[in-house]
Amino acid sequence: MRAVALAIAVALITGAAASSHAQTTEISFYYPVAVGGPVTKIIDGLAADFEKETPGIKVKPIYSGTYQESIVKALTAVKSGEPPQTSVLLSTDMFTLIDEDAILPWDDLIKTAEDRAWLKSFFPAFMLNSQTGGKTWGIPFQRSTIVLYWNKDACKEAGLDPERPPANWTEMLEFAKKLTKRDASGNVTQWGLQIPSSGFPYWLFQGLTTQNDVLLMNEAGTQTYYDKPAVIEAVQYWVDLGQKHKVMQAGIIEWGTTPKDFFEKKMAMMWTTTGNLTNVRTNAKFPFGVAMLPAQKRRGSPTGGGNFYLFKKSTPAQQQAVLRFVKWITSPKRAAEWGIDTGYVAVRPDAWETPEMKKYVAGFPAAAVARDQLQFAVAELSTHENQRVTKALNDGLQAALTGAKSSAQAMKDAQAEADRILRSSRR
Amino acid sequence: MRLAPGTRIQVYGWLLLLPALALLVTFTHYPTVTTLYHSFQSTPKGARPAVWIGLDNYHAMAADPVFWQSLRNNALYALGTIPLSIALAMLMAVLVNGKLAGRGLVRLAYFTPTILPMIAVANIWLFFYTPGYGLLDTVLRPFGAGSHNWLGNRETVLPCLMAVAVWKHAGFFMIFYLAALQGIAPALGEAAAPEGAGRWYVFRRVTFPLLMPTTLFVLVNAIINSFRLVDHVVVMTRGGPDNASSLLLYYLYDVGFRFWDTSYAAALTMVVLGILATAAIVQFAVLERRIHYR
Repeated sequence: MRAVALAIAVALITGAAASSHAQTTEISFYYPVAVGGPVTKIIDGLAADFEKETPGIKVKPIYSGTYQESIVKALTAVKSGEPPQTSVLLSTDMFTLIDEDAILPWDDLIKTAEDRAWLKSFFPAFMLNSQTGGKTWGIPFQRSTIVLYWNKDACKEAGLDPERPPANWTEMLEFAKKLTKRDASGNVTQWGLQIPSSGFPYWLFQGLTTQNDVLLMNEAGTQTYYDKPAVIEAVQYWVDLGQKHKVMQAGIIEWGTTPKDFFEKKMAMMWTTTGNLTNVRTNAKFPFGVAMLPAQKRRGSPTGGGNFYLFKKSTPAQQQAVLRFVKWITSPKRAAEWGIDTGYVAVRPDAWETPEMKKYVAGFPAAAVARDQLQFAVAELSTHENQRVTKALNDGLQAALTGAKSSAQAMKDAQAEADRILRSSRR
Repeated sequence: MRLAPGTRIQVYGWLLLLPALALLVTFTHYPTVTTLYHSFQSTPKGARPAVWIGLDNYHAMAADPVFWQSLRNNALYALGTIPLSIALAMLMAVLVNGKLAGRGLVRLAYFTPTILPMIAVANIWLFFYTPGYGLLDTVLRPFGAGSHNWLGNRETVLPCLMAVAVWKHAGFFMIFYLAALQGIAPALGEAAAPEGAGRWYVFRRVTFPLLMPTTLFVLVNAIINSFRLVDHVVVMTRGGPDNASSLLLYYLYDVGFRFWDTSYAAALTMVVLGILATAAIVQFAVLERRIHYR
């Protein structure tokens, strides 16, 4: 019912628009932001700038809630037959969107040498989650990695060099032991370390597995490796931090309150996204450092964040308009501007060579840590039936972290569940 | 054309029913029937259309451990919240029904949690439960308790969610009891007093039975609420850790809108509907016979 009403309304509006300005192409653009605020202003500003520079194209940003709500809205719109022309959604939603037959590869629009050069202009690490089967389905826009933040005052107090972050797993554990403070009755007043595990523990866990030099899935997104010995080792290291060494709160640690715990000095080191950079810079009342994640067999972090997707069911004119808009917004100047304003990693190397970005990094060197870590970065866990396969891992991790299952058992169960779900995708 | 008087009354009656009927059919009956139909089909994926698969979704459900855990969690959740919030509601109603200084204010205080949206309530309680510097841990600290990971442990997470639900609903149910108490003639209590009946005895033998129709109404609502309201799960735990706080409707949302397995979600919907319908039928058929309506 609602879909029909909506379709009629849209038809009336677009019909009216088409008759009055036949030469303008309008594109709608879902953008994930939970509430209004600075980010919506930036996006509105970008859309307005683009319209000024490119007459004949109107960009209509639609703020669609969290990433999760945005994909729900986008797919619902696809099913009702009126999808947006483009949308920023999680890079890991690629397989889901392909399976739902909702998006087109960007390659279909690429005709000129200049366009081909543009497709190659991004950091290769960001393209890992944007390409499959030889095609490019996502254009990196607001991307992040995990970094380690540490409280320099706390390190000084504990007798550690406040300028030196832990370089490897052993050091991170040692530092965390020194940074864990207990009161007279043995209750912890400050934890050494916090790796959040609520909601999407798989993402932070992928930091650990990458450092232990093991991948969680194949590139085709049809196979997971949750029960490899190196993966189980990584789970065990994480579990031990809380249960054996007691340098981290046992049980599940809430992602959302982790930055706040850091500001409140409830812990001295945290793993979280580079997207929190601006937040930490504004709210931490003490000197803090930002470092790449520690190494074990190697350095590593997954990438995260959102890509631009090109939706089916738009006219060729609209598709061209989307291409122009996305090319414009990912140009070096705009990518640099976006990175500076939000804390996301500017998505292409030449954005870091712009004068604005150079000035920003000179004043705030922490901003470059995420960029430097990109050479060690791997694709975020993403497969067919992504949310389900990821949930299998999340459940397994939480079972291990809460002590309900041993690390080995939890990962075996998770792998069995993933195998069951992916069975039909392997045909 | 002239209609016979009987037919005219029939037409008149149906016309009066029409608006409500149209709304019910459009938004309740038609969706229920289509949901049932979809639960016997496979989920269409891109170019692959839906096909008839009979009871496959229901077989898959029987083998789905997360479904069983959600069902068990939901049963525990209902058992933990319903009797407690009804008892509290009755107690609060009796309290604010008597003569009490600042009665209006107390009534308002009890009712406030009901006015707040569940999302806001969940966010407030999220702060209460924050390990270390949350309200609960701050209050417990002078007694020598350390920091508790209330929502991060499988043992405490469900009781924590139950506390939120009780806090939120008890005040709402109180309003119904308060209204019912005001309708009970004081003469009944006065008549019992000369016989030597104490206050507890009067409550047990006079007030409580007279409140039974309200209790039935509240019970039906409470059971529906315990299956229908999962906003706090979304905000506070997202079903974690490891599904320890996953309620049926939350799992249904996951299946429908995160996994996009719409036909399996339809099958789950039928189960939820079945549970609620059974609960309502049992309540009305069994309890009603034992209730004294005036």
